[in-house]
Amino acid sequence: MTTDTATGTDPVPATRSSEVAVALTGGTLGAGRRMRNTAASVLMVLAFLLAATPLVVMGVQVFSQGIDAVTSGSWWTAPIPETGRADLADNEALQDLGFGDTSGGDSSASEVVLGMAPAIVGTLLTVLGASVLAIPLGILGAVYLHEYGKKGRLARLIRFMTDVMTGVPSVVMGVFVYTVWVLPRGVDGKSALAASLALACLMLPIVVRSTEEMLKLVPDNLREASAALGTRTWKTTVKVVLPAALAGITSGSLLAVARAAGETAPVVFVIGFVTTTNLGFLGQNTTLSAQIYSQQQNGGALSTELAWGAALTLVGIVLVLTLVARGISRRFQIG
Amino acid sequence: MSDTTERKMTEDQGPATVSLAPTGRGGADDAATERPVVFDVRDLDVYYGAHHAVRDVHMGIRRNEISAFIGPSGCGKTTVLRCFNRMNDLIEGARVEGDIEYHGVNLYDERVNPVEVRRRIGMVFQKPNPFPKSIYENVAYGPRIGGVKKKSELDDIVERSLQRAALWDEVKDRLKASALGMSGGQQQRLCIARAVAVDPEVILMDEPCSALDPIATGRIEDLMVEIKSEYTIVIVTHNMQQAARVSDATAFFSTEVNPDSDFRTGLLVEFDRTSTIFSNPTDQRTENYITGRFG
Ligand SMILES: Nc1ncnc2c1ncn2[C@@H]1O[C@H](COP(=O)(O)OP(=O)(O)OP(=O)(O)O)[C@@H](O)[C@H]1O
Ligand SMILES: [Mg+2]
Repeated sequence: MTTDTATGTDPVPATRSSEVAVALTGGTLGAGRRMRNTAASVLMVLAFLLAATPLVVMGVQVFSQGIDAVTSGSWWTAPIPETGRADLADNEALQDLGFGDTSGGDSSASEVVLGMAPAIVGTLLTVLGASVLAIPLGILGAVYLHEYGKKGRLARLIRFMTDVMTGVPSVVMGVFVYTVWVLPRGVDGKSALAASLALACLMLPIVVRSTEEMLKLVPDNLREASAALGTRTWKTTVKVVLPAALAGITSGSLLAVARAAGETAPVVFVIGFVTTTNLGFLGQNTTLSAQIYSQQQNGGALSTELAWGAALTLVGIVLVLTLVARGISRRFQIG
Repeated sequence: MSDTTERKMTEDQGPATVSLAPTGRGGADDAATERPVVFDVRDLDVYYGAHHAVRDVHMGIRRNEISAFIGPSGCGKTTVLRCFNRMNDLIEGARVEGDIEYHGVNLYDERVNPVEVRRRIGMVFQKPNPFPKSIYENVAYGPRIGGVKKKSELDDIVERSLQRAALWDEVKDRLKASALGMSGGQQQRLCIARAVAVDPEVILMDEPCSALDPIATGRIEDLMVEIKSEYTIVIVTHNMQQAARVSDATAFFSTEVNPDSDFRTGLLVEFDRTSTIFSNPTDQRTENYITGRFG
């Protein structure tokens, strides 16, 4: 807005309009106020840069360290190479005691075929299993809470428990599944299925709460319109409410999936370890997060390279899931 | 629900010239010239939680008539209207006492299924609320829920309902388009078409024209007068000319302040033929309201 438009179109007396013009163009803005404004802007930009720094550094690091492994051709298809006991190879104290083979299986990363297929398959498998377990149950739970339970005692209890569950550290889910599922079954207990169970425990409260938030966004007058036509609540829910909230529910669920894909603690307890692809839900398996953890623990050049590659792959998968979720929620806004 | 209510198309649709004693006194009126009573409301009290929203409503709504509810804001017109198809069941804390007999069956009897009630007693809301679906799907929604599956049958119902709502010519070429892309007036007529599509006996309308311009309002008024030979219509309106123009009977509600709390409780002041209410009301409060001296 400029002085011209204010004076040009305004039929008010000249004195008034010039006052307006002054007010609009900020002529009365004191120098001190302007300086404080600038200082605040600079501070905000600095704060943003500070907050973004770890993210950028992490991204660059993961990308530069992992890109060789990920683009090595065999990465997506080959089994995980044997890395030998690098922990022993590098451990001078143990070597002095005569343990380990100092040449190690870890001599040179360039000779081995880099591969992460078992972990990629395992990640997809566990996440798929967890999604199948948690998403339908979570959506049904949210439908109960918002469409049926409302503010009733049972609904309030469930909502409270869900919040508690959201706050439980993920490692506790791992211990829980380890205790009730893996231990009774012995060695066979460790499997992608067990990991799915642990991740499902983690996803369930997220899906419930995000779905409930989406159901809240569906205007009540749509429910009334449907009810006034003689429709039962569940039919209204299926035919009107869920379709209207579908985009939000989908993107909320995808974010839960992305969260589960990156979880390590609940997985390493219960999944075991393999270096070859296991397409089944039963039998030991591995995931990208488990590989990052164990290869990093293992140490040594090859293991480290595998860990970085797995990290980049995982970040890529999570990024894609997140972008898809955002795309969906942006494309179909409830309106 | 009584299934014995076959729909009679009464031909005597002349203006309501017969004045009668207020049916509000127990609904016991039995003037032979009158049409049968569809809703017999007795001692109706509605509470929202501890708030006594409306008290002591007595009235008899007659078949194939348009009955209008008028009165100041907050006097409980919507509340009473929503009792007629048990929409208040959906509101937490809402409680209804007293009797609303629909063809002799108490709607609030515990054996009555509210879903079945709403299938027979349709409703059009103040704010147009089409589903975020296509025009066709909006109208076909109710019949589909009711079990109509055949495409040809649905097509027929959709066309008939849209025609009845005076909307067919405007939308027949874009039935697949989203209902949200229509104007407010079109959306409201779509909602009427949607209500008509399930073939209800009664249509309840809560200020259906409050968001519409005079032309769209006129169309909906014409529509109501046109279809009242097949339906019983109850309309809430703030527009007194509208009530005078279209309705056969008028109920005037007002509020009184509760002595022991700040809450206002709505009550029925007078229910009578529209001509009587507007020309010769019994109650002073009605007269004040009609003549613009709100009391
Ligand atoms: N869902 C609700 N919960 C609690 N109180 C309500 C609810 N709906 C209405 N009320 C109260 O009931 C009283 C009657 O409201 P109602 O909506 O029936 O009035 P109305 O006559 O339709 O008013 P208007 O002409 O403004 O639409 C008001 O005091 C209102 O505050
Ligand atoms: Mg109202």
